[in-house]
Amino acid sequence: MLDRFFKSPDPFRPSPARLVFTYLVLGFWTFVVLFPLYWLFITAFKTPVDVFTGPKYIPWVDFQPEMFAWNDMIVDTGITFITRPYSNTVVVGLVSSLLAIIIGTGAAYALARFDYRPKLAIIGMFVLALVLSVILVGAGLPWYLGVGIAMAIFFAVAYTVGRRFKGHMGNNDITFWLISQRMLPTIIVIIPIYVLFQQLSLLDTRQGLIIAYMTVSLPLVIWFMGDYIRNIPLELEESAFIDGASRYLVLWRIILPLCVPGLIATFLIVLVFNWNEYIMALFLTRAEAQTMPLLVAAQNATRGPQWWNISLLVLLMIAPLIILALVLERYIARGLLIGAVKG
Amino acid sequence: MIEPTSQPQSLPLSGVSPDEYANLSLWGRFNHWLEKRSALVLIMPAILLVLFLSLFPLVISLFLSFSRFQFVSGGFSIRFVGLANYNKLLFGSEQRRLLGDFGTASPPGFVLGVVFLLVMIVMLVQYVRSKRFSWVGLFFRLIAILFAMALAVLCIVTLGEDGIPGALVVTLIFVFAGVALQYGIGLGLALLVTQNIRGKRFFRIVFLLPMMITPVGIGFLFRMLTNTIVGPFAPLWQAAGLADFSFVETATGARIAVIIAETWQWTPFMFIILLAALESTSHEIVEAARVDGAGKWAMFRSIILPQIAPVSFTLILIRTIEAFKIIDLPNILTYGGPGTATESVTLYAYNQWRALDLGLSAAIAYLLLIVVTFVAMVYVRIIRRRVVVD
Repeated sequence: MLDRFFKSPDPFRPSPARLVFTYLVLGFWTFVVLFPLYWLFITAFKTPVDVFTGPKYIPWVDFQPEMFAWNDMIVDTGITFITRPYSNTVVVGLVSSLLAIIIGTGAAYALARFDYRPKLAIIGMFVLALVLSVILVGAGLPWYLGVGIAMAIFFAVAYTVGRRFKGHMGNNDITFWLISQRMLPTIIVIIPIYVLFQQLSLLDTRQGLIIAYMTVSLPLVIWFMGDYIRNIPLELEESAFIDGASRYLVLWRIILPLCVPGLIATFLIVLVFNWNEYIMALFLTRAEAQTMPLLVAAQNATRGPQWWNISLLVLLMIAPLIILALVLERYIARGLLIGAVKG
Repeated sequence: MIEPTSQPQSLPLSGVSPDEYANLSLWGRFNHWLEKRSALVLIMPAILLVLFLSLFPLVISLFLSFSRFQFVSGGFSIRFVGLANYNKLLFGSEQRRLLGDFGTASPPGFVLGVVFLLVMIVMLVQYVRSKRFSWVGLFFRLIAILFAMALAVLCIVTLGEDGIPGALVVTLIFVFAGVALQYGIGLGLALLVTQNIRGKRFFRIVFLLPMMITPVGIGFLFRMLTNTIVGPFAPLWQAAGLADFSFVETATGARIAVIIAETWQWTPFMFIILLAALESTSHEIVEAARVDGAGKWAMFRSIILPQIAPVSFTLILIRTIEAFKIIDLPNILTYGGPGTATESVTLYAYNQWRALDLGLSAAIAYLLLIVVTFVAMVYVRIIRRRVVVD
């Protein structure tokens, strides 16, 4: 009798004892995941009294759910208080992710199908030119003059002396260089970008944020899509070329349709990062282009721990992503696995 | 800068003869150029973006880290000060905040340090006696060992008696504890879900959710949950006699809260990809091993683990790199406090930036970059050769 509990009659199904254990653990983790979300949800419908008189767990039993926070945040404070950062988050998140996918997939395709041989000497010269421009600007020249002079010298030297050097790098080096940008701590690049955007009047604009987010998303896109594209057999394209299709038509009509799971998964991941991004927005925006994470983060400073209001803001902010995840769940694992499996 | 050497042979438009080309409209010529240069057109946007918004700022940051930045009337001034910022961080007045207060190593810490050193020496000896030996390789390995020992000693000394860990050590703890927990839990859950059970899809979807939530929101969420008076677990705390205790007001409690929140958020990432990897492992081998009477542990150790090792390698690398940048979670959950107990390196750099000390901020960021690069390179060097079979 006891034996039947520990041994499974069907070799492809776990034994009853194992099944009990499995469901206990999975049930526990389901609780760990869902309880904080449940607490967030009900707190958004609590009044201050309900929050501060000790924990209240079940609506209509422990407390009477009310639209207090909704009223406070949306009606009393004025609708633009939420709509402006919200629309910023939506626009910046979607546009930057989309652009990153377009540019990144193009680069990933190019790196999978063409051979590049950038010369070491020219790369070295370019870095030196960058250093020179920084020194020139540091010495007091206006930035456009400094950069202009350095770039002019670079092109002059690269096209005369540069051609003589033989040492070069390959596709793997370019890919590694692009992907390794993800390793840079955001804080290291954000201070100069702040100054740069100030000069270009991009501070506190959606365009500025979009450009910045797009750049930090590119390495991920190139990483994930690169392996995806490399798995697509060349023959598919070759027959199209023989029929007279152009490079871009092949990319659009043959490669992209085969990449759809990868594209969706990558888009979702990049979107999550850009939607929730905090530190770059913290540096680059003030009021006009403020995004939701900043609005949420600012609540504690401006209003104290008004948890009902904060819960409501967080709830509104995560709702679209959660719905998107529920709809696209099938694609995420499959798409990412093929991209990331080869590393 | 980048010249493609091989062009595909069968490009239709590049086969245009000079006569035909002369007859093309401006639009046609543009199309012709676009097609002939497609290798450059496709890759240049990415290269230029990364060049101007990653490489260029990197150079400027390096310059800033060697200088003193001050706001003066009508603008700012930048004065070159050499290594003064780094000196201040590693040996001077900022040492306490970045590295911490040195105490004396506790006995277990001391043992750990000796074991660590022995492992390094064994690996070095193995290398010297192997066929891959070269003097350059030995040189780089010696530098790596010195650096690793420095980090290890720093952790042991600041975590020992009378020691207070600084931002660097705190970040290392967040990264290693967080990533280890995320991988362990993620793998465990994935192994359970791959069994032939009902409700697979439900668990997959539910376990994915925390990843979608903004770290700022998670910070507030865990502030509510860890509150011992009005939080949902208040009755539990009161029963345990801890009603006056607040997680975010003791150093260890605050660090644990940050690690738990980080784990809660990022376990889904590990879980969902490990699950897909497990489901794509070859069933024939597993069944064959089962028929041969392999035990559960032996099966996991020698059949399943090797198959998911390459994915695990990449996953841990991605998460480690991302985890080093942690700022939003501690900033919201604990404000880096109590004191500076949960101040990560990035948060420290941000606080210095807010104090308008841009030079010091850039120097902190550069030190972080050095540590991240070092950890990632050592990890790739040591692990990749063993798990990724090319």
